[in-house]
Amino acid sequence: MTSSSAPAAPARLPVLLAPEPSGTSRLRRFAAPITYTVLGLVDILVFGLRAHGSATFAFSPQFAKISVPNLVLPAAATCYVLGGITLALAVLRLLSILGRLTLGPVARRVMLGVVLFAFVVSLIAWADAGQSIPFNVVNLLQGTLNVSIPIMLGALTGVICSTSGVINIAIEGQLLLGAFCAAIATSVTGSLWLGLVCGALAGSLVAVLLGLFAVSYLVDQVVLGVVLNTLVLGLTGYLYNAIMVPYGDTLNNPMTFTAWKFPGLGDIPIIGPVFFDSTIFLYLTYILLALVQIGLFRTRWGLRTRAIGEHPLAADTVGIRVIAMRYRNVIVAGLIAGIGGAYFTIGSVGSFGPNMSSGEGYIALAAMIFGRYTPFGAIAAALLFGFTTQLQSILSSINVPIQSNLLLLTPYVVTIIVVAGLVGRVRGPRAEGVPFIKS
Amino acid sequence: MTTPPQAEPAATPPAGADKGREKSPRKSFGTILRESFLEGNTFTVTVLALVTATVLGGILCAFTNSTVLHAPTAGATISRAWDVASGTYVALFEGSVFNPHTIAALFQQASLSTAVHDGYLAAVFQPLSETAVQATPLILTGLAVALPYRAGLFNIGGQGQFIGGAIMAAWLGYDVHLPIVVHVVVCVIGGFVGGAVVGWFTGEIKARTGAHEVIVTIMLNYVMQYFLAYLLSSQSLLQASGSPYPITPSIASNAHLPLLFGSNLRINVGFLIALACAFGVWWLLNRTTTGFEFRSVGANASAARVAGMNVERSWVLVFLIGGGLAGLAGSAVIQGTDFTLNPQSYGTYGIDAITVALLGLGRPGGVVAAGLLFGALHAGSPGMQTITSTPVQIVQVLQALIVLFVAAPPLIRAIFRLRAARAGGVGSTMSKGWNA
Repeated sequence: MTSSSAPAAPARLPVLLAPEPSGTSRLRRFAAPITYTVLGLVDILVFGLRAHGSATFAFSPQFAKISVPNLVLPAAATCYVLGGITLALAVLRLLSILGRLTLGPVARRVMLGVVLFAFVVSLIAWADAGQSIPFNVVNLLQGTLNVSIPIMLGALTGVICSTSGVINIAIEGQLLLGAFCAAIATSVTGSLWLGLVCGALAGSLVAVLLGLFAVSYLVDQVVLGVVLNTLVLGLTGYLYNAIMVPYGDTLNNPMTFTAWKFPGLGDIPIIGPVFFDSTIFLYLTYILLALVQIGLFRTRWGLRTRAIGEHPLAADTVGIRVIAMRYRNVIVAGLIAGIGGAYFTIGSVGSFGPNMSSGEGYIALAAMIFGRYTPFGAIAAALLFGFTTQLQSILSSINVPIQSNLLLLTPYVVTIIVVAGLVGRVRGPRAEGVPFIKS
Repeated sequence: MTTPPQAEPAATPPAGADKGREKSPRKSFGTILRESFLEGNTFTVTVLALVTATVLGGILCAFTNSTVLHAPTAGATISRAWDVASGTYVALFEGSVFNPHTIAALFQQASLSTAVHDGYLAAVFQPLSETAVQATPLILTGLAVALPYRAGLFNIGGQGQFIGGAIMAAWLGYDVHLPIVVHVVVCVIGGFVGGAVVGWFTGEIKARTGAHEVIVTIMLNYVMQYFLAYLLSSQSLLQASGSPYPITPSIASNAHLPLLFGSNLRINVGFLIALACAFGVWWLLNRTTTGFEFRSVGANASAARVAGMNVERSWVLVFLIGGGLAGLAGSAVIQGTDFTLNPQSYGTYGIDAITVALLGLGRPGGVVAAGLLFGALHAGSPGMQTITSTPVQIVQVLQALIVLFVAAPPLIRAIFRLRAARAGGVGSTMSKGWNA
């Protein structure tokens, strides 16, 4: 929304600036049908030909009140059918590019979704073919949501900061400090809620530093983010060894939030256990997603935020206090990443460990760009990363002969492909990373 | 000779031109250092940043120490805090520059020849040797960040490029059998190529599609990390046969980088390679047309394009060379000290490199100085942890604080109430967005 409505900047007008290489644009034009074809062929030739026996999909968690019957499919045939569908969609896409067929943006997105879905189902069918253990779809989806919580919240933080015109690479540091402070606060006070609040505040503490150096001292924001991450990584690692290891019982022994089933909704088969039977963190993620989406696109705050990210000078001219607003947005956004960090310690693991966020802040950053700087897009991209992680862990638990490391690196390759613009160009807010100097 | 009064206005333009030349990046490091020192600009800010970071680091380690926290009185707290902080820094110094005890031990020996023979002389130089060993990959990866930085690009991909170089160096080191000098050279070149391929990929994507190099390099770091894990997970690939751990076989002794001062000191040819690379980068940037193009592209890509320079070519080339330098760091670690490759080999070099390049203000000479400083911190930290029980992570905190303050000259000026200087720090020189 924000990117497409941006006015064409004068820098783009002269022809001699940024000439488009012709070979790449042709490749980009046909990228979608080519990708579909490749995926369809993989469905048929790799998964279909090598799948023997039948694959079982389970749809209810163990000990569920209402159980859904398992779905047993002949694996090879499933792969062939899904591969065929994918190839058919590739042809449709090609026709639309050649002008024989008109496809709206919604139709194209649905097509991409179907292709990816077909690919994943073929992969699972091949993986589970001939296995005695059924593949539990609910476990996969439930785990995906939980694994993605820090990435989703971090990505939401990134969306708010970027929309306000501040590059936030320090999401990683916000997550890590949030995890650290939540663990200490909960251990000392014995209150999970206080821990959650402290985690959120820790996230915004990093954001205060980010704002101070980026908005007031005009430090390059990419450099700054990396340095802040190093600072938090060093600081938490240091404090972990200096105070948490010797006083582990009192400082690093937090409780964790237990799962709370949403009354009524939680009992719906499949949907209930996936979406409405989790810790407070998942519900907070829903609320925050809704708040950020409505806030950015339906309120005066959102309009002003987008204005200071696109054209701070114009915003300043109409009386918006750009610097104050950037500060406020960055600090408030920091609260969200802090909550995401708190999930590591008081949401899942139950104790702090050095470098606990292990780069998920960077993944959140990628998810934000992947999701085209929109809240829903960022959440969807974050779920994709979480999905791969969860799929890998389930597949390795049922002894599938698949290279887990290769599976784990796929989302990163996909992100490079997306960022490279082969699947549509991503453009951020115009003034992102450019400090505003009030003259 | 007296100057006519009307000549004074005419004398102003040359002074202005002189000022303009001072700001151009063509100056050598020595000139910059001298001018900055005299004028109180960047150099003063850097020194004050070091001082501030040192003080903050000292406060941190003093007030997390259990003896300080359990002090009975306020006076005791302060004196114990001083003891802990100074003890930490003294231990760091003794582990990285020189330790008086080793000198004392040297003078207790009967003659110089026995001292040399028994390794007492080596013990004196052992801290410096360790500093050089630790500085080697830091300088090389620091150059890998600094060179693209001068062309206006930010290379966070040091880790991925390091892994690329390390994979090649390790593989050529154990799987190929060559005569003594040839093997070292082949492995070092292999390391360069391995890193250069990863770097080239980033540059190529940036040049062809305009994708932001920061995101591409972050993603490539993960790709390379998992790719390494994949290579080390199967004995048909790189894993040592019979080993339950993800580790390669040891490289052949022919592929070890030769030691410079005998077997007691770990300092090796890798350090010389790093210095040579720093000189090479300086020469490339300041004495060649290609380097001029790099700097022009970094200063203003649009202007460089209008002037007929191939901006995309510069992007690709700068990332190719930068990646190669990070790959050389991988080869220096594998061939100089580790001799095998495992998932811990790449450490935190990718992030450390950024701090080195920033502290070095993106200049080769500065990178060497910053690499030696951080190398000294790394070399001294294990001994410091043993002696003072201050965790080694204090080094990472110090590094980040130093760079944070170096990158924000206005903050340092505000703290120390300096007047605004003409030259800004590294942070204020290139503040631009994703879309630039």
